[in-house]
Amino acid sequence: MGDSSTIDKEMIFPDQVIVKARHPAADAFSMFVKNRAATVALLVLALIISAGIVGPMIYATDPFDMVWAPFSPPGAEGFLLGTDYLGRDILAGILHGTRVSLLVGLSAAVMTVFIGVSIGALAGFFRGWVEEVLMRITEFFQVLPTLLFSMVIVALFGPTLTTITIAIGAVSWPAVARITRAEFLRIRELEYVVAARASGSTNLKLIFSTILPNALPPIIVQAALMVGSAILFEAGLSFLGLTDPNVVSWGQIIGSNRPYILDASYTVTFPGIAIFVTVLCLSLVGDGLNDALNPKLRQR
Amino acid sequence: MWAALLLLAVLVLNFSMMHLAPGDVADTISQSMGGADAQTLAQIRADYGLDQPFISQLANYINKVFHFDLGYSYFYNQAVTRLIFEKLPATLLLVITAQIVALIIGVILGVYSARNRDGWVSHFVSFFALFGYSAPVFWTGILLLIAFSLKIPLFPVAGMIDVTVDGGFIARFLDLLRHMVLPVITLASIFIALYSRLCRASMMEVLESDYIRTAKSKGLSDHRIIYKHALKNSLSPVITLAGLQFSAVISGAVLVETVFSWPGLGTLALQSIIARDTPTILGILFFSALVVIVGNLVTDFSLRFVDPRLRKH
Repeated sequence: MGDSSTIDKEMIFPDQVIVKARHPAADAFSMFVKNRAATVALLVLALIISAGIVGPMIYATDPFDMVWAPFSPPGAEGFLLGTDYLGRDILAGILHGTRVSLLVGLSAAVMTVFIGVSIGALAGFFRGWVEEVLMRITEFFQVLPTLLFSMVIVALFGPTLTTITIAIGAVSWPAVARITRAEFLRIRELEYVVAARASGSTNLKLIFSTILPNALPPIIVQAALMVGSAILFEAGLSFLGLTDPNVVSWGQIIGSNRPYILDASYTVTFPGIAIFVTVLCLSLVGDGLNDALNPKLRQR
Repeated sequence: MWAALLLLAVLVLNFSMMHLAPGDVADTISQSMGGADAQTLAQIRADYGLDQPFISQLANYINKVFHFDLGYSYFYNQAVTRLIFEKLPATLLLVITAQIVALIIGVILGVYSARNRDGWVSHFVSFFALFGYSAPVFWTGILLLIAFSLKIPLFPVAGMIDVTVDGGFIARFLDLLRHMVLPVITLASIFIALYSRLCRASMMEVLESDYIRTAKSKGLSDHRIIYKHALKNSLSPVITLAGLQFSAVISGAVLVETVFSWPGLGTLALQSIIARDTPTILGILFFSALVVIVGNLVTDFSLRFVDPRLRKH
């Protein structure tokens, strides 16, 4: 079959120049690069990620070690960002914290997207009472103040990175569910879906291979934003002290140094800048993805 | 009706979490007594009905809540409802003021930048929106604290009122205002960004609609068109968004209260979490859900006020 079809093509279109369509991903990439802020943000983000992976290996100072006199200002005695109230190296803390923040941010976002897409897809695809029930549940989760709710989860089930990730995922999915549902409601009425349904596609196939791929662009954009908000979330929790006591994270450095800001304001400034820059880059990348994946919107 | 069901669901969730979490009231009590043997533990469990099946415990809990009884805090030695009612006003004051300030400033900035699209205010709004989204609110708060109460001592460092301030109502009111400035600005900063961006977008859309063109061709002044005709219509998306933000405002308030030692529900929540005081924590979760629901109802009401088309339903 494979052989004969290529022969057939050549017989039917003997000397037609076949213009190769550009791969949609290549298209999206060139749209993304046009957004300069997003491109720079992506590069900075790559830098932050590699700092998180390689940083702790190169810069071997233990962030829990008391290496020098407390409150050494930045630059003194070879400590680039100074030391905190216990004489711990801030730079080491930030580098080690990068891992934690990125890891929690990423896995919480994955979880958020997974729950949100599942619920939104089911609601938008099946409509009827399934939609009614699922959207009521979504509404219910939107009534609970997210931070308080996740504080309660972390408090009741213990402060480990796993609980924190689950707590963040469990409270942030409603936004994703709403977007997915809206996309499914729109796409399920389109002709190609009706055609696929008429030609006997199973529900499973309709959801996963007909509708979901076309619903992805806004979900991907939202996912990028979700990583940012999950990082902010983790920072907030660890600022409050609801964090794994065995790991350093950005928010935790700020939280533990808060009583000493009069003596050493840099101890809270630098970790804050780390959070700020990372989340800023993620939201700029989100903007860029939006331009790249919804080219129609761009033209308006 | 739906609001009542939501509250009921919050109660069920609360109770299930308390049930699922390792350790129960008996453990807490025995801890505060310095340990107890198995027999005493069983006695306490029987006293508090912990040996009964899940459903009847749940029914009991809900029944109690309907009688304004959210349980007893063994850490504070007080009824949870009393504890919460002591702290709730401070949080409401902070949350509502911040929402109003954010709405007013957000709308002013949004309208202004919609009228002068390439002016510096418009760029500032875009920049500020990014900042408001990306900067952790507790960090903003600490930076403001360092700048405006430590380096330049304009505002007090912590708390809500200064007990040493003497004088009449006016002196105490001014003192409260002084304490409120930094927390309110910090909390509002996230939402100013959000509202101004949306207000700008919706104002620009409204300004392109037909009835505005009609108003212009009638020769009405710009000022009159913006404030009499366009503003009301461009407000409804902003109000809808503000209504959806109530739960986020409360979440932000927890962090802001901690930074400024504001004596509200957020500080209480954190203290009771550290003390593992489960009834208080769950009571706070219940009340904050209540605040969000009431906030949503108020939003619906004010939308009807702004947009008469909604009144018919």
